[in-house]
Amino acid sequence: MRVAVVGAGPAGVRAVEVLVAAGHRPVWIDEAPEGGGRIYQRPPAPLQRDAKTLYGFEAKRATALHAAFDALKTRADWRPETLAWHIRAGAKRLHTLHRGAQGVVDYDAALLCTGAMDRVIPVPGWTQPGVTTLGGAQIALKAQGCGIGRRVAFLGSGPLLWLIAYQYAKAGAEVVAVLDTTPFATKAAAAPRLLRGGATFAKGLFYVGWLRAHRVRVAEGVTPLAIEGGAEGVTGLRWRDAAGREHEVACDAVGMGWGLKPEAQLADLAGIPFRFDALQHNWVPQRDAAGRTPIAGHYLAGDGAGIGGAEVAELAGARAALALLQDAGQAVDATTVARLDAALAQQQRFRAALDRAFPFPAHLAAALPDDAILCRCEGLRAGELRAAARADNAAGPAPEMNRAKAFSRTGMGRCQGRVCGAAAAEILAAELGQPVKAIGRLRGQPPVKPMPIPAPRPAREAVS
Amino acid sequence: MRLHRLRDADRPRIALTLEGQAIEAQQGDTLLTALLAGGAGHLRRSEFGDGARAGFCLMGACQDCWVAVEGLGRVRACATLAEPGMAVRRG
Amino acid sequence: MTTECEVLVLGGGGAGCSAALHLAQRGVKVVLLERGLVGSQASGVNYGGVRQQGRHPAELPIARRSREIWGRLKEITGTEAEFTVTGHLKLARSDAEEAELIAYLDVAKQHGLPLRMVGRNAIHREYPWLGPAVVAGSFAPEDGSANPRLLAPALARAARAAGAEIREHTKVVSHHHAAGRFELTSEADEVFRAPVLLNMAGFWGGAVADAFGEPVPVRPLSPNMMVTEPAPYFIEPNLGVVGGNVYLRQIPRGNVILGGGHGESDPAVPWSRPLPEVTLEALEHAVRLVPALAGVQVIRSWSGIDGKMPDGIPVIGPSRTTPGLFHAFGFSGHGFQLGPAIGAILSELVLDGRTDTPLEAFRIDRFQAAA
Repeated sequence: MRVAVVGAGPAGVRAVEVLVAAGHRPVWIDEAPEGGGRIYQRPPAPLQRDAKTLYGFEAKRATALHAAFDALKTRADWRPETLAWHIRAGAKRLHTLHRGAQGVVDYDAALLCTGAMDRVIPVPGWTQPGVTTLGGAQIALKAQGCGIGRRVAFLGSGPLLWLIAYQYAKAGAEVVAVLDTTPFATKAAAAPRLLRGGATFAKGLFYVGWLRAHRVRVAEGVTPLAIEGGAEGVTGLRWRDAAGREHEVACDAVGMGWGLKPEAQLADLAGIPFRFDALQHNWVPQRDAAGRTPIAGHYLAGDGAGIGGAEVAELAGARAALALLQDAGQAVDATTVARLDAALAQQQRFRAALDRAFPFPAHLAAALPDDAILCRCEGLRAGELRAAARADNAAGPAPEMNRAKAFSRTGMGRCQGRVCGAAAAEILAAELGQPVKAIGRLRGQPPVKPMPIPAPRPAREAVS
Repeated sequence: MRLHRLRDADRPRIALTLEGQAIEAQQGDTLLTALLAGGAGHLRRSEFGDGARAGFCLMGACQDCWVAVEGLGRVRACATLAEPGMAVRRG
Repeated sequence: MTTECEVLVLGGGGAGCSAALHLAQRGVKVVLLERGLVGSQASGVNYGGVRQQGRHPAELPIARRSREIWGRLKEITGTEAEFTVTGHLKLARSDAEEAELIAYLDVAKQHGLPLRMVGRNAIHREYPWLGPAVVAGSFAPEDGSANPRLLAPALARAARAAGAEIREHTKVVSHHHAAGRFELTSEADEVFRAPVLLNMAGFWGGAVADAFGEPVPVRPLSPNMMVTEPAPYFIEPNLGVVGGNVYLRQIPRGNVILGGGHGESDPAVPWSRPLPEVTLEALEHAVRLVPALAGVQVIRSWSGIDGKMPDGIPVIGPSRTTPGLFHAFGFSGHGFQLGPAIGAILSELVLDGRTDTPLEAFRIDRFQAAA
């Protein structure tokens, strides 16, 4: 049985671990030069790799994961720096690109562990040099030892906001403000359920406590107004506090993010149906608790299937690999299966509490001013998307996302809607007076990332 | 935008150029780090008039950090290691 | 619930929406039924070429008529649908291909289509970005391109403004004809009745024709399309080649739209996808035509479902079995430019019983004659 695993983050590593232990040698694909994924990304040599410095509370987990990867990569058919740009579920074939060379991977079963990226709400001025996602700010520090600026403001909501602000401050950066758009009351209401999650919640409280103790300016229930800038890039961030007062904080960089959203383009191309997860406020590919999807032979695990975090990803990767083996008629250890199922169920409850504590502020996204850039790739403003939805648009009103994309070009750029998609959906839904789940989602199209047109091959000699 | 080296900031130096100007980088830098810590300010200009860009996600997803490297073609600066002698043009 | 009207149009592509518009403009109570959103299938996913050059001679009168309407599209619908007269440059990559281009000059002349041959020295002088593989070209100054995503929706909007009823998300599941009335029932059990039915349902027009006792050998045709990131603008004409294995055009924003070969599809769903090998082969052809495209990134590829007839030209004209039924489907990959005129022609067939545009070559019963 030929097995293909896409992704070498926490989910992919634990999946391959199970598969290799069961005697398989899966084809293992990742765009990066080595495994670890994003949260446990390893810096390139010769940067130092002290786990405590890089991963803090997660040092033990990260180290264990890296050790597992290092042991596995010679026992799997490891394909680094390889992009899987299309998947054809009927033909059971992945199409790959590695250093300019096209390839195919044929499989009998495929497990997609493609991870996630930050979910973003545009703010006027967000395209300027000096603005990154929270994840991007973290990668700059973790993988490159850099802060995104000298005086950094962080904006958004979710556990990552506090973690990154703390990491920056600990590393000696000047953190000028940490602005959480979620009101204190929302988090407080979720606190009792969050407490069941034990360690993660405790860490969150620790970070906030630490920041306050070190006199980092922290505010909650914030409304961002604009990121100001000049010729050199960002100069400040203007915002309104929970009481309605306007503030401006001087900074030269802003990290922003509101949770994560799955990178599910391959799942989409595989024909896996999606559903709108109201709690996560994300479209997610359909899978059962074990990672099976409605498409036989195709499995999903980790954040690429729905945001759960790194710990869940490890459990889900192992569980999906076991499901894959079970479905192939191979014996699996029932105790392990039961243990994983129980752990996943428990994590799911905590995850739900986290999602309630940091709900996606759809109203903020929907309120983006007409003249603010919405789609970075195409330089489109929010007003242009709204215009496409209106009845007076020359081509008529766009009643759903793909048509709105066709009329306004939103989502037609290089990133194919990865960055603007969440906010675009809120803006369109608000303009149409519809719930966001009723207006569809941008259809995935291959290649999942830009692919260069190859130079002409030398002309073949004429064959007589 | 200027990336600020906070730690691990004394690695072997490597030299590259951005549109003819010398940039001092450190071994292990991605091109994005090399250029933005080295004073480039921005990596590309939006084709549609809304100004300079310097990447956004730093993880290969947003497609906002494309630059051109002589001999390599166009690459994502965040996902490409800086090598000595690279001749870079803004994307 | 039953809706009565004078004409039912089945299919909301460019041609169907044009028919609804032309009929409504002449005061006819017309209802158009579309299973999804207007322009979702072939009309919305095609290359966007607004091209007369290279057509089968039988299509040229329709294409000439349509070109005249394209020129007035802004007046008619409020938008040009990004129609730009870039010219169409059809390229030859061998002596044999050049001979084909030259032979077509006579066909063009007979139909009043202006064409200009560009020989081997001139072609590289006038278009220095063309690769050495190109030996000659034929330039059609009246041709160009438009945004296929906008045409059918714009025509539908104008049709509505003229009084037509456009019913989207209305999939017809059964067709009957009795006592001079067509009766179509939708998936939601709505009934639509009229004395006249226009079958403009693209690939699925074959099933409709079959329901009325005149099956035709229509096959699904899925053009394999792709588009690049924005690149500096330098390719002005819409480019094609003899044999058609690649076609490409660049819009002022910089994106290059390319096509070539066929993807995969299942019309029963309907579902269609480009095929990687086909995409890569089209890119290979494209980069030989325009070497400067090497390194430009492809960011998206797609396909759709059109209907292909064995002789490569559509079915247009009255039914041979059922009075009041008229067909216009099976545009074989090149119906986009024809759509506006098809609607005008069908409105003439319905209201005047005739049209000046010759349709003999498109008869629905031509396949039986050949058998």
